[in-house]
Amino acid sequence: MTTFLLRRLALVLPTLFFVSVLIFGLQQLLPGDPALAMAGEDRDPAVIAFLRQKYHLDEPFPVRYLLWVEGVLAGDLGESIRIKRPVRDLVLEKLPVTAELAALAIVIALSIGLPMGILAAVKNDSAVDYAATMVALWGRSIPNFWLGILLILLFSVEWGLLPASGFVSPAESLSRNLATLIMPAFVLGNAIAAVMMRHTRSAMLEVLSSDYVRTARAKGLSETRVVLHHALRNALVPVITLGALEFGELLSGAVLTEQVFTIPGFGKLIVDAVFNRDYAVVQGVVLCTALAFILLNLFADVAYVLINPRLRE
Amino acid sequence: MTAGILDSASADAGARPWRLALRRLARRRAALLGLAVVAFFIAVAVAAPLVAPYDPLATDWRAVRKPPSALHLFGTDELGRDVLARLIWGARASLMAGLVSVSIAVGVSVPLGLVSGYLGGAVDGLLMRMIDAMLAIPFLILAIALAAFLGPNLTNAMIAIGVAQTPIFTRLTRGQVLAVKHEDYIEAARAVGNSHRRIVLRHILPNVLAPILVQATLAIAAAIIAEAALSFLGLGQQPPAPSWGSMLNTATHFLSQAPWMAVWPGLAIFSLVLSFNLLGDGLRDALDPRRG
Repeated sequence: MTTFLLRRLALVLPTLFFVSVLIFGLQQLLPGDPALAMAGEDRDPAVIAFLRQKYHLDEPFPVRYLLWVEGVLAGDLGESIRIKRPVRDLVLEKLPVTAELAALAIVIALSIGLPMGILAAVKNDSAVDYAATMVALWGRSIPNFWLGILLILLFSVEWGLLPASGFVSPAESLSRNLATLIMPAFVLGNAIAAVMMRHTRSAMLEVLSSDYVRTARAKGLSETRVVLHHALRNALVPVITLGALEFGELLSGAVLTEQVFTIPGFGKLIVDAVFNRDYAVVQGVVLCTALAFILLNLFADVAYVLINPRLRE
Repeated sequence: MTAGILDSASADAGARPWRLALRRLARRRAALLGLAVVAFFIAVAVAAPLVAPYDPLATDWRAVRKPPSALHLFGTDELGRDVLARLIWGARASLMAGLVSVSIAVGVSVPLGLVSGYLGGAVDGLLMRMIDAMLAIPFLILAIALAAFLGPNLTNAMIAIGVAQTPIFTRLTRGQVLAVKHEDYIEAARAVGNSHRRIVLRHILPNVLAPILVQATLAIAAAIIAEAALSFLGLGQQPPAPSWGSMLNTATHFLSQAPWMAVWPGLAIFSLVLSFNLLGDGLRDALDPRRG
């Protein structure tokens, strides 16, 4: 177990290194002088000189990279040129909004994907299985920003049931908070539900044909008990660990969903930063996303080994 | 000489499974439907100047936001432009983004995957850590970041999507190479003195192509959604040039006055993406002998 943990941790370090080089290297893609690009349209010579000094633009790439890493390790992600605030504060401020949206989306995805996957596996090759496959195909193919627009058209414009955009913090009013988040969470959860359904279906199919399920059936247990008690518990392990990989999908989706529903989260932060040419914010957001993804995968891998006794030794 | 015989033998053996796969594909109705819809969109995109009822850029102040009618089948937009004409021309941007970005991804990553899988060792280790790093950044966020730094236009969006898709293809190719590189026919090719280059290109590559083809079809679907997403965010095709994503973006400002502006472009993206997904699923089943 310790060897596994150490080996797994050792793999994280080079990944982190390359991620940081990649994200810092993005700057190199800026056409021309980065200071000119970052200074915006005014091109004030004082601002340009300040930027050049602040970002050590006269230094060679490796030196600038090391200085940047040094800052990041100390928790300094740079400063937003437009909003004049530390990127770290902006990220910490927007994170809870996206986290709540994502959590709701996962709840929706699980409550659609799990039962559908179980049903599709239990009734393998039936009309139910076929219908579930269709739903999964729909979830994979529909652009979530279009689904969002369609929901706004129906529930806000046509029926006036839900607010079309905006965000109310749960501390202010929980009911209005949920009213603003339910449509975006459904849009975001929809695509993940399709993936969850496929994972659940294939994991359940495998488990249902295993020896211990056959034994459970031979003991005369009811089918419901066999499916929910014996099969599902084991099928859930790969479903949950594979689900961790959907985190990226969730964040990519959040960028678009937050844009459609004007929710001031992480996704809106990066898009606004792109248009404000606020490159430090773009880099900061991408870095935090990658870091979260790497850590989540690490936890998922460790959890997988911890839960599965056969892999422990 | 022996190498030549071996080559023609593996070429013969290579042709038959493909023919069998084609026959299996022809039996799958969903895949054929997908293929037909894709062909329809390609035909429309190619023939855009001939089939579009109006100039997609021509504004008409007397026909601003008109609902669908005999004159404008899909209605008009906020500048009085014909929505159908813009949809037809927009198909070009979407299809091109799908094909070009996946070509970039395949062109870069297949050689990388072949080298990484075949050579193994330190080269493989280094390449795979770099791929892990790229995979750690969510696909669309990587594409947004790249498009942001490169500058917003359709060409850069295609490059960004292509680069963001590179890690998936590199991993896939490498995995396939690892699976076949110790097969008997590769050992035989090596034993008769073929060069590494020849072994990789003539013996390994043809045998790892099938899964890459399947992944490419599915990746086109993902690339079309990604281009629409980037254009929706304002990072892809720039106005006034038509693209489905930017049409949807504009439509969000007129949802209560002109809902048709939001319905058609989304439906176009959805049907094209669905068709590529159906085709990709069908190809995967047809190319997998176990699925018969």
